[in-house]
Amino acid sequence: MSKVYIALQDNDESRYIVEAIEEDNPEATIIHMPAMIRIEMEGRLTVNRETVEEKMGRDWDVQELHLNLITLGGNVDEDDDSLSLHWNE
Amino acid sequence: MAKKLNIKDKYRLLTRDLDWEYSYEDRKEAFPFEEFEGIKITDWSKWEDPFRLTMDSYWKYQAEKEKKLYAIFDAFSQNNGHLNVSDPRYVNALKLFLTGVSPLEYQAYQGFAHVGRQFGGVGARVACQMQAIDELRHVQTQIHAMSHYNKFFDGFQDYSHMHDRVWYLSVPKSFFNDARAAGPFEFMVAIGFSFEYVLTNLLFVPFMSGAAHNGDMATVTFGFSAQSDEARHMTLGLEVIKFLLEQHEDNVPIVQKWIDKWFWRGSRLLTIVAMMMDYMLPNKVMSWKEAWEVYFEEAGGALFKDLARYGIKMPKYAETIEKEKEHISHQAWWTFYTHGHAAGFHTWIPTDEELDWLSEKYPDTFDKYYRPRWELAKEMEAKGERFYTKALPQLCTTCQIPMLFTEMDDPTLNSFRDTVHNGERYHFCSDGCKDIFEDEPEKYVQSWLPVHQIFQGNCGGPDVENVLSDFYRMNLGEDNMDMKGSPDEKRWKQWKGVA
Repeated sequence: MSKVYIALQDNDESRYIVEAIEEDNPEATIIHMPAMIRIEMEGRLTVNRETVEEKMGRDWDVQELHLNLITLGGNVDEDDDSLSLHWNE
Repeated sequence: MAKKLNIKDKYRLLTRDLDWEYSYEDRKEAFPFEEFEGIKITDWSKWEDPFRLTMDSYWKYQAEKEKKLYAIFDAFSQNNGHLNVSDPRYVNALKLFLTGVSPLEYQAYQGFAHVGRQFGGVGARVACQMQAIDELRHVQTQIHAMSHYNKFFDGFQDYSHMHDRVWYLSVPKSFFNDARAAGPFEFMVAIGFSFEYVLTNLLFVPFMSGAAHNGDMATVTFGFSAQSDEARHMTLGLEVIKFLLEQHEDNVPIVQKWIDKWFWRGSRLLTIVAMMMDYMLPNKVMSWKEAWEVYFEEAGGALFKDLARYGIKMPKYAETIEKEKEHISHQAWWTFYTHGHAAGFHTWIPTDEELDWLSEKYPDTFDKYYRPRWELAKEMEAKGERFYTKALPQLCTTCQIPMLFTEMDDPTLNSFRDTVHNGERYHFCSDGCKDIFEDEPEKYVQSWLPVHQIFQGNCGGPDVENVLSDFYRMNLGEDNMDMKGSPDEKRWKQWKGVA
């Protein structure tokens, strides 16, 4: 199965987003590189608003992800509660 | 208080519902470029935009990105950030970026503004308009970021003039001219899909991480800020492909032909990035080959598996492309090293440590084919005979790159192809470039090939030096030649207080 991936700028906001991704996608691999964090996973990877809000301790709009996003790979599904990536095989 | 709209409803109201029916004008006249490429669209309303970004949110998030970015530019400049880069050689990668890449952002803006007007579907139009504005932002932020370096280093002063004239810069310039001179759907497959989805990742992700690793806060910041828009562009590129393939089965062979063409054109263009990664970043993040494996082979492989259900195959020449990752960075840097008198940036022999790193990263090719050249160059330099070639290179008519590539099954043999069209012989670096020419010879016979133009007397002269100084506006003895002994190097030593 192919891997989907997402890369975020390494900063204070992303740290919470990465924690949320790790919690909701225990199979994900987190790779730290200079100034960026790359997360890859086979199948489907989901970023949930609720989990991110819990980590950040404030309201968080899924579209705020754009501020720290560097790149992604996979088909995107986004609504008010989550963003997910997957490949059709 | 009124209930907040969810993003699906908001997207529908602020995008789809802004379109209108044509009651008294002919729709075909309103969208005159929509049919000539042979692409069949039966229902634009099937267009999906997974991010569902509306203009109000777009402005809000883009403004926030800009505020962050410019705060960092100010801090960088106020703190003399240029003194914190790992090594002054690094700055030469930025000269290549400003002269070769930033003007492409402007061309991308022009291209997306054009297709953002020409598509009949409102969802596609809005997404393309946002991308056009993004691309304009990218060129502006890059010029701002590099204006700081222009105060302290040579080679940044005339990037736009140079982009339009200099021999190696015709490679990126003609790539975008080719895409923009195509119809709107080919432009989207070329730039929106092939270039944005797979190839720009290689420039804006590992190279920018490399900029951070070399102490260049300004570049990594504009790079990642640009790339945050890129994630949206990639999604647009993928949606375009899926939409075209789902609209009509007759679109499949047309799209496949464009994919074959533009993945090959794009791989050729990225030769310059390969060289920047392997030779111009003093502190290394990953080799070109490793970056290629992650972003092209793994990510691109997953993408093409996904598209297989539409009957789309891996791009033609994928096998050649796979072999090239072992060679092209070395072949390109050697070419620039030997033409260093005609380049608008400095070149150099890699240090012994760097040569060892290349040997380690390219165990199958570097020691066998490329290291001996550098050992020879070192010997010649030690004798005071730093080598510069006297000849002008022959160029490929399609990609416009000098004929520097070898056969991939025999890296000691240069790769040459040719074809005759209307009694004239045209030369190519590869089967890929030859096939592209033969498919549309009327287009490529018009290529503005810098070396041909010099020989025809269209670039001043009579000597190469006159062309470089008067036509290209290079400051000879400052912008060009080896890093060793350059004014850049002297100033750096002064700043750092070393002899």
